[in-house]
Amino acid sequence: MTETTSPLLRVRDLSVTFPHHGHTLTAVDGVSFEVSRGETLGVVGESGCGKSTMGRALMRIVEARTGSVELAGVDLTTLRGRALRETRRRMQMIFQDPISSLNPRRRIADIVAEPLDAWKSAAGAEREATVERLLREVGIDPALHGRRYPRQFSGGQCQRISIARALAMRPELLICDEVVSALDVSVQAQILNLLEDLKAEYGLTLIFIAHDLAVVKNISDRIAVMYLGQIVELAPAQVLYDAPAHPYTALLLGSALEADPDQPRERTVLQGEPPSPLDPPSGCRFRTRCPDATDLCAREAPMPRDVAPGHRVACHFPRRRAD
Amino acid sequence: MSDQPLLSVRHLSTTFATPAGPLRAVDDVSFDLDAHETLGIVGESGSGKTVLARTLMGLQPRLNVEVTGSVQLAGHEVVGASTARLRELWSSEVAMVFQDPMTSLNPVMRVGRQIDEVLRVRHGMDRAAARARAIELLDLVGIPSAAQRYRAYPFELSGGMRQRVVIAIALAGQPRLLIADEPTTGLDVTIQAQILDLLDTLRAQLGMSVVMITHDLGVVATRTSRLLVMYAGRVAETGPTGDVFRHHRMPYTRALLESSPKLSNAPHTRLAAIPGQPPNLARVGPGCHFAPRCDLASDRCREVAPALEPTERPDHLFACWHPLRTPSETPGASS
Repeated sequence: MTETTSPLLRVRDLSVTFPHHGHTLTAVDGVSFEVSRGETLGVVGESGCGKSTMGRALMRIVEARTGSVELAGVDLTTLRGRALRETRRRMQMIFQDPISSLNPRRRIADIVAEPLDAWKSAAGAEREATVERLLREVGIDPALHGRRYPRQFSGGQCQRISIARALAMRPELLICDEVVSALDVSVQAQILNLLEDLKAEYGLTLIFIAHDLAVVKNISDRIAVMYLGQIVELAPAQVLYDAPAHPYTALLLGSALEADPDQPRERTVLQGEPPSPLDPPSGCRFRTRCPDATDLCAREAPMPRDVAPGHRVACHFPRRRAD
Repeated sequence: MSDQPLLSVRHLSTTFATPAGPLRAVDDVSFDLDAHETLGIVGESGSGKTVLARTLMGLQPRLNVEVTGSVQLAGHEVVGASTARLRELWSSEVAMVFQDPMTSLNPVMRVGRQIDEVLRVRHGMDRAAARARAIELLDLVGIPSAAQRYRAYPFELSGGMRQRVVIAIALAGQPRLLIADEPTTGLDVTIQAQILDLLDTLRAQLGMSVVMITHDLGVVATRTSRLLVMYAGRVAETGPTGDVFRHHRMPYTRALLESSPKLSNAPHTRLAAIPGQPPNLARVGPGCHFAPRCDLASDRCREVAPALEPTERPDHLFACWHPLRTPSETPGASS
């Protein structure tokens, strides 16, 4: 975290809906948060919680229905044409499947140069030098591998190439959507370390979307927990794990499998599955799976409120730190 | 039951003939599994764990594949058995749960009918008895309103529910051994925990043995009694789960454990990544397959493959020329 007072990214009341067989599916429902310059915000939740759609809406890959996304004071949701493209260079996204996100018929040096070519920001020897530097920074030998095609690389190497491409425009914000979930643990650790190194070097701000709680905790300063399109809890990473205030967060942590034979076997595992986002429960969306739910939870949706400085939770009965 | 193990695997190798030459996906693997025991087989992609599972089942194709060694399942030899013989073993002695429940179920057949099929074809039940038993099985694997879900198609169920159906099919023949190949990969953590708990409950309730194949150390840490760590087709280390986690001797086991992010780590903890990537099995050298990525490797490691050696702990074996003395030992300390 830095001393800069104004956040790099400010998201207000962001909602994304999709038409679904005559119904409306609300994938992201009134999400608000801020990300400071140099910070890593982790976003966790089960599949279908809207975390990927939210990431895409920030980039305007999908359009938001309501709300605003401000990058350094510029509202992206109202921009069009050239102004939108100019602003969008400042943020980049990396996706889960590294192999399918690279054009199979282009050489990797050209893939990494794509943003430079599109923006005509470097040509000739300068373009070549930039590509070489980027590839070297992600741990790929440009002389040995630059002329190869994506199929000649493993998943981990393809993810490195995607990262090099994302960095070509020197973005300020990098959105990582499940970037290590398809990789083996040994390779996953390499990519996580690489992201930390590049973040320091480029002064990047990261939004790290993933379902794996341990991975997210290892990389994030703060973590947002999503459930059925809403952020139910947002807190500094260590606080969230030490003292989860939302019952959902607590149960999600209880379900996580640790590579530790001494982990207690008798844990409270979250039962059931999330309800359909097409027909979310009334009131609090988590109440159908919540051990603490009361009538109030069915009647009224809890408003997000701070239980401690920087620790926001949307729950009528937040759990208190055991002390 | 006698004192001989339910499953006894000796010097098992599976070699594929590829255009690039023979590829030994499973290389001289031996282990025993007792009744009521859960064995975890852990490895990264390409470690041969899935080929091993298929070889144990006798499921690998016959063309361009050579299987040597022996797999004794409840006294029956699987290697070289005819398909007719294998069919007798499948379902009643051994059944398998695969990773992707969407592709292992027939998408155009109601799920109840897919369970019935096993009961009617293999156990000669009539339609009504099979239906009743199928609903019982759906109930057993924790599917709510089983009688209604009997008529559902796979696409109408969530991933977790589909995996429960696959488990129900596997249980239909009351097998003595259940082989689960990445049974929870691709499922959410909450559903993952539910499925693993279910498998463990069923194992105890039905008196089965389970072989759990996974890349995820979290899956095997608390739910297996023994572990087999595989790397590039070979057994790197094997032993009681707690011993492998706490007193591992093989550098690969340590690297695997240390590269997994942990919930207890502070934010921005640097992970001990293993450099490089698993080898291409069609082009491996004569020595230890992990040598190119190992910081303790010597010339000997690159030239001669180490055999499995016992430790001072019972049933704990490892294959390494430069074993770690304690799990906390630093890489430079022993060389």
